[in-house]
Amino acid sequence: MSDIQTVEKVSPTKDLEPIVNDFSITVGTVNGSGSQTSNLTILRALFKMGIPVSGKNLFPSNIQGLPTWYTIRVNKDGFTARREEHEIVVAMNPATFAEDLEKVVPGGAFFYPDDIRQAIRRDDVVTYPMPVKHLVRDSEAPANLRDYVANMVYVGVLAQILGIDLDKIHLALDFHFKGKQKPITLNFSIIRSAFTWVAENLVKQDPYWLEPMDATHDFIMTDGNTAAALGSIYGGVHFVSWYPITPASSLAEALEQYLPTLRKDPETGKNTFAVVQAEDELAAIGMAIGAGWSGLRAMTSTSGPGLSLMTEFAGFAYYSEVPVVIWDIQRVGPSTGLPTRTSQADLSMVNYLGHGDTQQIILFPGSVNECFEFGWKAFDLAERLQTPVFVLSDLDLGMNQWMTNPFNYPNTPMDRGKVLWEEDLEKMAEKWGRYLDVDGDGIPYRTLPGNRHPASAYFTRGTGHDEYARYTEDHEDYARVMSRLKKKFETARDNVPKPVLHSMGEAEIGIIAFGSTEPAIAEARHYLSEQGIKTDYLRLRAIPFSKEVADFVHAHQRIYVVEMNRDGQLHQLLTLEFPSQSEKIISLAHLDGLPVTAKWVQEGIQAKEVK
Amino acid sequence: MSNQTTTRPRVNVNLAGLQKSDYRGATSTLCQGCGHNSISSQIIAAAYELDLVPENVVKFSGIGCSSKSPTYFLDRSFGFNGLHGRMPSIATGAMFGDRTLIGLGVSGDGDTASIGMGQFKHVMRRNVPLVYIVENNGVYGLTKGQFSATAETGLSLKNHGTNPYMPVDIAWEAVVSNATFVARSFAGDPKQVKELIKAALSHNGIAVLDIISPCVTFNNRDDSMHSYAWGKDHEAPLHELSYVPPREDIMIEYEEGEIIDVTMHNGSTVILKKLEHDYDPTDRARAIVMLEEANAKNWLITGLIYIDTSKPSLLDIYGLTDTPLNRLPEDRIRPSRETIQKVNELMF
Repeated sequence: MSDIQTVEKVSPTKDLEPIVNDFSITVGTVNGSGSQTSNLTILRALFKMGIPVSGKNLFPSNIQGLPTWYTIRVNKDGFTARREEHEIVVAMNPATFAEDLEKVVPGGAFFYPDDIRQAIRRDDVVTYPMPVKHLVRDSEAPANLRDYVANMVYVGVLAQILGIDLDKIHLALDFHFKGKQKPITLNFSIIRSAFTWVAENLVKQDPYWLEPMDATHDFIMTDGNTAAALGSIYGGVHFVSWYPITPASSLAEALEQYLPTLRKDPETGKNTFAVVQAEDELAAIGMAIGAGWSGLRAMTSTSGPGLSLMTEFAGFAYYSEVPVVIWDIQRVGPSTGLPTRTSQADLSMVNYLGHGDTQQIILFPGSVNECFEFGWKAFDLAERLQTPVFVLSDLDLGMNQWMTNPFNYPNTPMDRGKVLWEEDLEKMAEKWGRYLDVDGDGIPYRTLPGNRHPASAYFTRGTGHDEYARYTEDHEDYARVMSRLKKKFETARDNVPKPVLHSMGEAEIGIIAFGSTEPAIAEARHYLSEQGIKTDYLRLRAIPFSKEVADFVHAHQRIYVVEMNRDGQLHQLLTLEFPSQSEKIISLAHLDGLPVTAKWVQEGIQAKEVK
Repeated sequence: MSNQTTTRPRVNVNLAGLQKSDYRGATSTLCQGCGHNSISSQIIAAAYELDLVPENVVKFSGIGCSSKSPTYFLDRSFGFNGLHGRMPSIATGAMFGDRTLIGLGVSGDGDTASIGMGQFKHVMRRNVPLVYIVENNGVYGLTKGQFSATAETGLSLKNHGTNPYMPVDIAWEAVVSNATFVARSFAGDPKQVKELIKAALSHNGIAVLDIISPCVTFNNRDDSMHSYAWGKDHEAPLHELSYVPPREDIMIEYEEGEIIDVTMHNGSTVILKKLEHDYDPTDRARAIVMLEEANAKNWLITGLIYIDTSKPSLLDIYGLTDTPLNRLPEDRIRPSRETIQKVNELMF
């Protein structure tokens, strides 16, 4: 590390007003070329410099060869939503060179390997050629690794031109390679040689500059899928069954990574968990429901296409009242759709998932931290309510790196719900019935296989059943059970996480949204208020809608429902829930598979407000 | 069940202190004379004779006539009547709850070999500790008589013409899928059914029992392998079969190595060959050759076809606590408070 500081550094351009900590860097590369390591290194170095930062990976459904882009946004005010403007563009991919050049804002900077000999037909951007091949050839990189480490050249070049701390870059590499010295040294040597080369050969001509801040030390950086896995582990998950699917696989993989260290039995050192990779999503949810029925905290994770397959079991678990947690990391549908793009279009489907009259419980994490929190809370809810709990995340939240608050240890004891063991049955005077509504809240008591009391057993079925779990086709029995399920759903309104309200006070305009649109809405509200448009914002965190949602709808003149799908699915659900208010509920649905921008939200509301 | 009468004084209680009636279930709603009822009776008899405590057994099924039957035995056992073809996944997950339980699944040929073929194959691959009985009648009963995947080529059914497809041989599928216990029997051979169920209940791993179980109502053409009369035209001299009036259980008795033709309700016949006394069921290659030979001769081999007791079951490979997972208290499944700091440090 000692040699890091000896390298010569450039200074901000003197005759330009510097633009500090407020711009976006986009890197265009070839998928599978190892550029993700470079991009994450920059992202993490900026984070360690204390600058609020976010990273969005725009990647193809492909293993190697197709174009991919990574955009890093730095913003001194802490806004982390996606933007459409690209101030700094690095074009590593000859196939998208012209396209990438077009992306640069006027006055922006364009970096490219000097062996790409394509015409640069713009004179309103600063261009920086980089001797990528030359620097890699002169490095100690073995021939088979040269293509991978080539991407480190732009890290070193950007570090010099923009002012990224080399020691922070070293920290990021150390994290990425888990302390393995060989790859750290190799990659860092390329970065340093590029850094030095720039100092000796280039003159900074653009106004963009990074200054260390102190705005990130209260945060950690990770992705929503990792957070969900860790939260589930703290929720006591016993059983995970899953089937690989983008963008949900990394959730199950994180469980496989962290369970063995976090979930050895403190008494015996043995495992208190099991993970099974199933043969398909039908089996994945089937196993989880079997496990949930047997009294385990059971979960699966999937995305839209997997959810379609899970539909029959979702209805089954609703009707037979089996707790299970299902994470849906949404991607773009219908059908296979755009597997590597983000969306919130599974909402309507999940809400009613299953044929017949089915109503599902849904949670909407709005941050990586909340993915952790809902990771453990989902089990409490599923067992309390004896029903599936769906957690709707999405690709953006699940797979991208986000600054987030550190994870908090669960602040409530586990709620294992209404379970009767041998001694409970022994004490009971009256006959226990699996589906009897004893407490008047629609939630019956259950027993678990392994209970040795002679009165404990019951027969679970997806066919018609009465209060004692006996098969029935009697229409009154059927109607009674279905009405009780409705009552249970009403009970859930008070149990699910309440919405989060951000108020500007006395605002006529309300915004309702959920999930990963959070940063864009926060930023849009800031711009709107600068224009004199005050807004209140209700971030929905669960279905069924709790009383606070009704209050919010009634209290505002116009409600904008912001979401990422074509048909305004949350808008539809809200108008069904509040038919008398439907005229003032306005849909702002964003369709293109990319995370929504603040500008889009702001302009959408402005267009309707300023006439 | 006339074959169960005995001249000795009746023993009312087994070693578990239970009467046979403690193993009963609700009254069957299946057709009278259905082979499935006979199998339910033998499940009751096997559990009674093994001194099993019903609370130690957990029952599973899918959808169909066969899958209704777990209601009709072991009332004191937990039961899970799942979805069509999905019994294996339910059982796989459920068996993790309490590893001391014995899993007993009942499926049918449609539930297993058609809609459930995928899960059937994978439950065997994972060696889930589960008795997996297929009540195989070659026909869909509940939906009124369509072909199943085990129906033989050329079979004609009343409303569905002639089956043009090749049949699935469940025992064969089980052997090639690395099932660790594969047996076949005939519902009307209560003694063999019971003994095989007892063996299966004692096996630690997947135990597939393909039990030919005649459908008295729908699969009742003379030429069906799954009917009682298939062999009438080529009745084997080795065994004498008494006339069985339709709509009653067909009961047979035959010895090891014997070949019999069994007349089904519809007048058709199946040819059963009971495995020889010296047949070695631990030799997988031999089992495959033997099934192939039997196939060429149109025999349905009965008996224990293959067994491997050396493989760990699914639950053995996870290094789980001895305390059943579903009884672990919170402090054994939620990491301690101190760990959260370390976890946050693991993030960037």
